[in-house]
Amino acid sequence: MTELTLGKALGAGLRQAMRDDEKVVLLGEDIGKLGGVFRVTDGLLDEFGASRVIDTPLAESGIVGTAVGLAFRGYRPVVEIQFDGFVYPAFDQIVAQVAKLHYRTQGRVKMPITIRIPWAGGIGAAEHHSESPEAYFVHTAGLRVIAVSNPEDAYRSLRQAIASDDPVIFFEPKRLYHHKGDVDLDAPLADAAPMGLARVVRSGTDATLITYGAMVSTALQAAEAAEDEGTSLEVIDLRSLSPVDYDTIATSVRKTGRVVVAHEASREAGMAAEVIASITELCFEYLESAPLRVTGHDVPYPPAKLEKYHLPDLDRLLDAVDRVLDRPNSLTGADA
Amino acid sequence: MSPQITPIADTAQDLELAERILTPDGTRIANPQLDAFVDDIDAASLRALHRDMIILRRIDAEGVALQRQGQLGLWAPCQGQEATQIGTARALAPQDYVFPSYRETGVIYARGAKPGDYVRMWRGEEGAGHDPASLRVAPLQIIIGAQTLHAVGYALGIRHDGADEVAVTYFGDGATSQGDVNEAMIFASSYQAPVVFVCQNNHWAISEPVSVQSQYPIAGRAPGFGIPSLRVDGNDVLACMAAMRWALAHARSGKGPAYIEAVTYRMGPHTTADDPTRYRKDDELDAWRRRDPIARVEAHLRALGELSDDHMAETQAAADVVAREMRAECLGMVTRPPLSVFDGVYAEPHTGLDRQRGEYAAYLASFEGEA
Ligand SMILES: Cc1ncc(C[n+]2csc(CCOP(=O)(O)OP(=O)(O)O)c2C)c(N)n1
Repeated sequence: MTELTLGKALGAGLRQAMRDDEKVVLLGEDIGKLGGVFRVTDGLLDEFGASRVIDTPLAESGIVGTAVGLAFRGYRPVVEIQFDGFVYPAFDQIVAQVAKLHYRTQGRVKMPITIRIPWAGGIGAAEHHSESPEAYFVHTAGLRVIAVSNPEDAYRSLRQAIASDDPVIFFEPKRLYHHKGDVDLDAPLADAAPMGLARVVRSGTDATLITYGAMVSTALQAAEAAEDEGTSLEVIDLRSLSPVDYDTIATSVRKTGRVVVAHEASREAGMAAEVIASITELCFEYLESAPLRVTGHDVPYPPAKLEKYHLPDLDRLLDAVDRVLDRPNSLTGADA
Repeated sequence: MSPQITPIADTAQDLELAERILTPDGTRIANPQLDAFVDDIDAASLRALHRDMIILRRIDAEGVALQRQGQLGLWAPCQGQEATQIGTARALAPQDYVFPSYRETGVIYARGAKPGDYVRMWRGEEGAGHDPASLRVAPLQIIIGAQTLHAVGYALGIRHDGADEVAVTYFGDGATSQGDVNEAMIFASSYQAPVVFVCQNNHWAISEPVSVQSQYPIAGRAPGFGIPSLRVDGNDVLACMAAMRWALAHARSGKGPAYIEAVTYRMGPHTTADDPTRYRKDDELDAWRRRDPIARVEAHLRALGELSDDHMAETQAAADVVAREMRAECLGMVTRPPLSVFDGVYAEPHTGLDRQRGEYAAYLASFEGEA
């Protein structure tokens, strides 16, 4: 075990993937000499050279479109989009091309492209630097979508994403880039849990808290706080947003009967809506109260000084837990 | 058409390919193409431009300082680009409308920004720092290149209205790689829109040298779109002003878009979050220090006997006042209350959002009375 930050774990994952397969090439803005604005690709230019660590022109559609061509040629491009808010210029290439080519050609053309996106808020950044665009990609058939929450998962699932013959949108929570954790750098990839599996991060019996990315830490804090008050929360880290591991979720819901789904992204037509709809389809009869969402508001990501009112925090999670447990809460008041 | 490719120039280094009026040591040289556009600029006008540049440099330094002191989340310095920004922006008519990128502190200064306008966005209080209507400047744009299309659309509106206005857009050398910027040039050219493109080639797009974006002087692209262009020394305030006056006159006269590449240099980091020592060399910086846009005008005015020490002291004092006001406004900013996250999303009531606001208000109210 080696203790690494999430950022360094991702770098280690890229390095290992590039050593394992010479067809892996990286493309992105500032990924070479600078090592990426978050330094995830630090040192890779020196080790693998400029034809495998490609500093690109400042053009996201160009980057992803070029990756499509490289994939046609048998390469496995790993693209870095500098910030979540800058993926939109590449959106057309991703949803209209990357996602569809395998289907259109009935599998004769593969798109093993990994698109890494530093993601989501909570770091006091400027406009367009804190977006949560995951629902757009989850809605697009043909893409797999991963959201990591800790260094070990980051290291493993990035290598799995690169090894996958499908295109993968890979979300990296910026808020956690400097968070440390143990990583087993030598564990064989073949032994790892499949990329699509969710993980029960903490088990409990009274209600299930489902989330992903940086919100996993918030959910764990909420579970600890609830524990102090005698409530036992199960916390699930989805890890994969497409596909979602409904087996793990359903097992938990059948046990607890109560559900809160949380994410930073805004609410309307978001991940939580999807997960809750599926839960009601899969295990309605086990539910003891209506599942609830705790999400960002349906507003453009607010300026830094207001983001604390937008991002779900411990208290908002606990309030929702009170509601699914039919306890006094912000809506019913203390007398309920 | 000749099948031969045009010879490749060294996009980064070949500065002699740029038009200039003042040499780096402050000597005024003849420029048959540009001279006529600045023949009204006497010593007093030049002193005013010099003063603008000094104040701008001071505003910029204060922005960096405020960020370092934790008062701003970020700041995008423009040190080194004063001549490009002041020279071009001072050529604008009041009715012209500007679509800038995030680095155009000097442009909003020249359009009359108030001290707090420089920092409101970087402090994270609001998405835009200034009132677009009063400055006739769109909010600073962070998405690289997006504003160039907006300028073209605005210019189409000007044309339809038959108005005596020009739309102007500023962007960096990196931006020229974006589809948006190339699409803007096509639209501008196809519809003969009264728009001026100002590319500030400051040599770096974060860590990427201009050679990653362009293998030929950037101004050389515009003619391929049917847009006349000029490549000027961006550290020469007179050349920048002259080029801009040429471009504005061209656009105003109904002849369609014009394009300027101002060859300049970003002396500081890309933003306060950037570490330029990882990708650029000191000798490059030293070479550009010798081309400082402010020192150049100073040398010229001194040689003419038109710059007194009293004037310099008065200008510095004026710059200090602006910086002080900017700091005071910054520190005095009061963050809006929590429910204001919902403000301004829609122009008209939206029942979905109204419900959400109500829920959040109830949630916030549930803490009332707590210690
Ligand atoms: C669409 C998009 N992609 C990436 C970025 C991140 N980014 C911000 S500034 C910058 C470099 C811009 O360089 P240039 O256009 O030359 O302008 P300069 O900053 O040098 O003035 C990059 C890559 C962005 N803001 N928008």
